[in-house]
Amino acid sequence: MDYNDINKLKGKTAVVGLAESGCGIAKGWSAMEIMANSVHDALDDAGIKLSEVDGVFAATAFHSMAAMSLSEYLGVKPKFADGSQIGGSSFLSHILTAAMALDAGLINVAVVAYGSNQKSIGGFKTISEAMPYEAQYEPRMPVTAYALAAKRYMYEFGATREDLANVAVSARDWALLNPRAYTHNDGPLSVNDVLSARSIVDPLGKLDCCLVTDGAAAVVMTRADRAKDTKNTPIYLLGAAMEHHHRMVSEMPDLVRTSAIDSGKRAFAMSGYSPKDMNTIQLYDAFTINTLLFLEDLGFCNKGEAIDLVKNNNIGPLGNLPVNTNGGGLSCVHPGMYGLFVTIEAIRQLRNSSGDNVGDRLNRGWIPNAKLSIAHGNGGVLSSQVTNIWGVSETI
Amino acid sequence: MPENLKGSIGPEQQFKNYLTEGKFMIQKSKSLNEFFFHPRVAFPGTGERDLEWVEASGNGIVYSTSCNRRLPEKGGDFNISLITLQEGPRMMAKIEGVAPDQVVIGQKVKARISSLKGEPAIIFDIVEG
Repeated sequence: MDYNDINKLKGKTAVVGLAESGCGIAKGWSAMEIMANSVHDALDDAGIKLSEVDGVFAATAFHSMAAMSLSEYLGVKPKFADGSQIGGSSFLSHILTAAMALDAGLINVAVVAYGSNQKSIGGFKTISEAMPYEAQYEPRMPVTAYALAAKRYMYEFGATREDLANVAVSARDWALLNPRAYTHNDGPLSVNDVLSARSIVDPLGKLDCCLVTDGAAAVVMTRADRAKDTKNTPIYLLGAAMEHHHRMVSEMPDLVRTSAIDSGKRAFAMSGYSPKDMNTIQLYDAFTINTLLFLEDLGFCNKGEAIDLVKNNNIGPLGNLPVNTNGGGLSCVHPGMYGLFVTIEAIRQLRNSSGDNVGDRLNRGWIPNAKLSIAHGNGGVLSSQVTNIWGVSETI
Repeated sequence: MPENLKGSIGPEQQFKNYLTEGKFMIQKSKSLNEFFFHPRVAFPGTGERDLEWVEASGNGIVYSTSCNRRLPEKGGDFNISLITLQEGPRMMAKIEGVAPDQVVIGQKVKARISSLKGEPAIIFDIVEG
């Protein structure tokens, strides 16, 4: 069977509700509490009752069996649940699994959820075990891994720290338009601000790294037939694919080529669309290097050319390519695993252009006439790559 | 492989034992005549189990490098690099004998066995010229 035969999932399911809770700081709230808030709010957004939920998908850095803990907390008895943990991209893979379970008729309503109060309780939180053959050198994971990739990228393509900084500058410009962004009131960044920030692991400085915040998010999915009866505009899953080639950065086959090359190709093939069709581009930017790698690996430009693509604020609000329009993990929110926020921004842009009220933005914060969005998730140390393509009903 | 593993050890422990004896050993498949790292029970991707341990040349090239910033009172800055071994596989290691931010991609390096926190560890030095 050719992989493209899985085209039968195209347009079969939709996100019909979404919500965030406790983004930024949620002091006094637990990870579970804000995750549950986001589920209830997403169900309200959809107009679907909690009692109809029969599929639960979740991963956090706080729960070893997140789907089970969340189901119990909600008082839901799922017919299918999945707590697969492949890092920050987990939720984009949960969406693929949920689409399969919905399409197969195993479930009727799925929630995909995440929550973290890491900032309120002391900082970056991980449940990653120590990596054999790496741990004794005490790398500052995950930053060291991304720094190694950035260094190699600079070596292979003549990129500079300024090229990396351009990514952070544009991300901040988007955040300034988004009242939900953690750095909304922090003012713009200059390339020089990024270069002069304290180095964490050379060549990555503090402003090349994502935020450390609290935050929870949830989306509600159902089959296309049911989606038509919900409160707001359904946004359809047109393509989804995942791939990973390593867990430890020392095992990454090529530091400047991620398995997004493969996930992207198959997700686009399933959707029937190509990179040039995307009206908004939402990429998991845990570090500035991510945006460069994913723009190339997903086919928005050739390898080594993202440094030109991001020049002159071209991926910012005044540019030609709307990338990470919420401000990204760099300037909007990053509670540890950012994947569901990538997804929510991809969908919010489409709902806004469909006439839904999904919140206010300053001028240019919403992309007019957006019909197709790519959401790309990354997990581990450039390890797991999951690509989802979303579209409004006319794109099916 | 027999189901009952009593009295034998796995490749991870074997690797560490070799290091304790002062030997940097890596595995190869006899039929493929190819090396791999890190140690495993079978060749990654294709599953050959006709493995043998061979002493690594210790020669390598810097594939990428990073300078991890740390406060002086906590030990100061330190290097983490990825090294491509002459035999083909890649590994993480620390390069010493040079400032942690002065390592250059493409430099030739040579392994030696040292220790980190009381455990034997492979450290690389820059090869002059």
